[in-house]
Amino acid sequence: MSLAPVHVRDLLKSYGAFTAVDGISFDIHEGETFALLGPNGAGKSTTIEILEGYRDRTSGDVSVLGVDPQHGGLDWKAQLGIVLQSSGESGNVTVLEQLTHFANYYPNPRKVSEVIEAVGLTEKAKTRISKLSGGQRRRVDVALGIIGRPKLLFLDEPTTGFDPEARRQFWALINQLKAEGTTILLTTHYLDEAATLADRAGIILGGKLVDIGPINEIGGADARVPLVRWRQDGVEHSQRTAEPAALAARLYAEASGEVDSLEISRPSLEDIYLHLVGKHSLINAEEGAV
Amino acid sequence: MRTLELGTSRILYELKLYFRQGDSVFFTFLFPILMLSVFAVAFSTSGNLGAAPDGSGGISFAAFYVPGMVAAGMLLSGVQNLGVDIAGEKGDGTLKRLGGTPLPVFSYFLGKIGMVLISSVLQVTLLLLVARFAFNVELPTAPEKWLTFAWVFLFGVITSCVLGIALSALPRTGKSATAVVIPIVLLLQFISGVYLNFAQLPGWLQDFASIFPLKWMAQGMRSVFLPESFEVMEPSGSWDLGLVALVMGIWLVFGLLLCRVTFRWIRKDS
Repeated sequence: MSLAPVHVRDLLKSYGAFTAVDGISFDIHEGETFALLGPNGAGKSTTIEILEGYRDRTSGDVSVLGVDPQHGGLDWKAQLGIVLQSSGESGNVTVLEQLTHFANYYPNPRKVSEVIEAVGLTEKAKTRISKLSGGQRRRVDVALGIIGRPKLLFLDEPTTGFDPEARRQFWALINQLKAEGTTILLTTHYLDEAATLADRAGIILGGKLVDIGPINEIGGADARVPLVRWRQDGVEHSQRTAEPAALAARLYAEASGEVDSLEISRPSLEDIYLHLVGKHSLINAEEGAV
Repeated sequence: MRTLELGTSRILYELKLYFRQGDSVFFTFLFPILMLSVFAVAFSTSGNLGAAPDGSGGISFAAFYVPGMVAAGMLLSGVQNLGVDIAGEKGDGTLKRLGGTPLPVFSYFLGKIGMVLISSVLQVTLLLLVARFAFNVELPTAPEKWLTFAWVFLFGVITSCVLGIALSALPRTGKSATAVVIPIVLLLQFISGVYLNFAQLPGWLQDFASIFPLKWMAQGMRSVFLPESFEVMEPSGSWDLGLVALVMGIWLVFGLLLCRVTFRWIRKDS
């Protein structure tokens, strides 16, 4: 049986006494988009950089496209696309020059003009990268990540600094890559982005993977119980129930008419995520107090 | 083969970047030319060096400074330019990005060395044109002199490049690179016969300077540009071209080993 494109078991990374990544395990399957979520400093970037071959692990097993990233050669790198969290090059070349040059590195690159089009920089193709706005530069980073037609694409907070429209364009681009069968590992602070793009997600807190699962199941059934909110006699009420319509009907009957400010909602990924993070920091605070 | 192809592609890319970067072009590209002009103008009324008692013969100060400035240019384009440039690329994430692509490290080196070689050829051409036409310096006509020039130049620039690449591992950040690299090259220029007449330095300092390659680059260039009558002023009384080649060769091999050991796309675990 061949391994999944990304296979991680008991990954541990420590710097002296500090454990940045504390025994996490997960797989990313072929063609899947997997989101790694967690607050800053939780170990997301350390994990992704170990997978990219930028950092060595302390222990555990890691395989990326069948290769241990600590010993990945040029042929292995040719199959990866990497969009790093930050990039600060001076950029005295134009978008077109940069992409044309980087396309040379890969055996089977995408067409430069198509990639520029896909990231929405056609009008800026002949502008020097140093003259672009932050969000536009980020799009160049994304373009450089996909120019080599990667089998596996790493996106580390790719849409930071994008305006809403650019973000939508980016989502469309990622959906196109997904349709072509690209396997994607995404980290992001935008939970709506993760919910839109990812098939599955893992949540890292304090170096540990506290939950993992399909986007619409993560957090467990309990975390997904719908919330009914309404107003009665000027007082706000809210109640979680698995039968929200029944509750609404009862309220309607009791009020013998429309219920003031009635709202039924299902927790979004963001609600579930914040709930998990809150629970985790509470546990940590209690442990610290003991 | 692919490594060479990508190396060529890197050379063109690097050249484009180099000449678009105003400040570095000014300081490293024009520096030897500016310095030659300063010395030539400052000493323009001092008469000739090595003239006969009746004032005839000898060479002008401008002519005297040409070999030193050629050697300084070789050193600066390689060691200073690349040392600072690569440390900067490490600092700003360029190398991290390249490290995530299938670009071979050697192609990257080829790109840097090729860029320096081409810009140095332009630089030395401009320097010699300025010397010839602005300061009326007689340039050698004998083909064997130009042959010596060619190998000392090529060998010296490549050695400088390799040392610059190795030196780029030293600064901890891109910002500290100039502070680390410039004092080293400045000191070397003063003790190696670039600015000061090497023959007039104390013996122990001459010996110390002889450990480093710049002294030999300058000596090789003196053999090309100064008249035969100046050969006796060398500490050994000879241009010692064999030693010039030997010392540069040792530094080249040493530099290559250092690059092999110290060069990394990124510092892992920093």
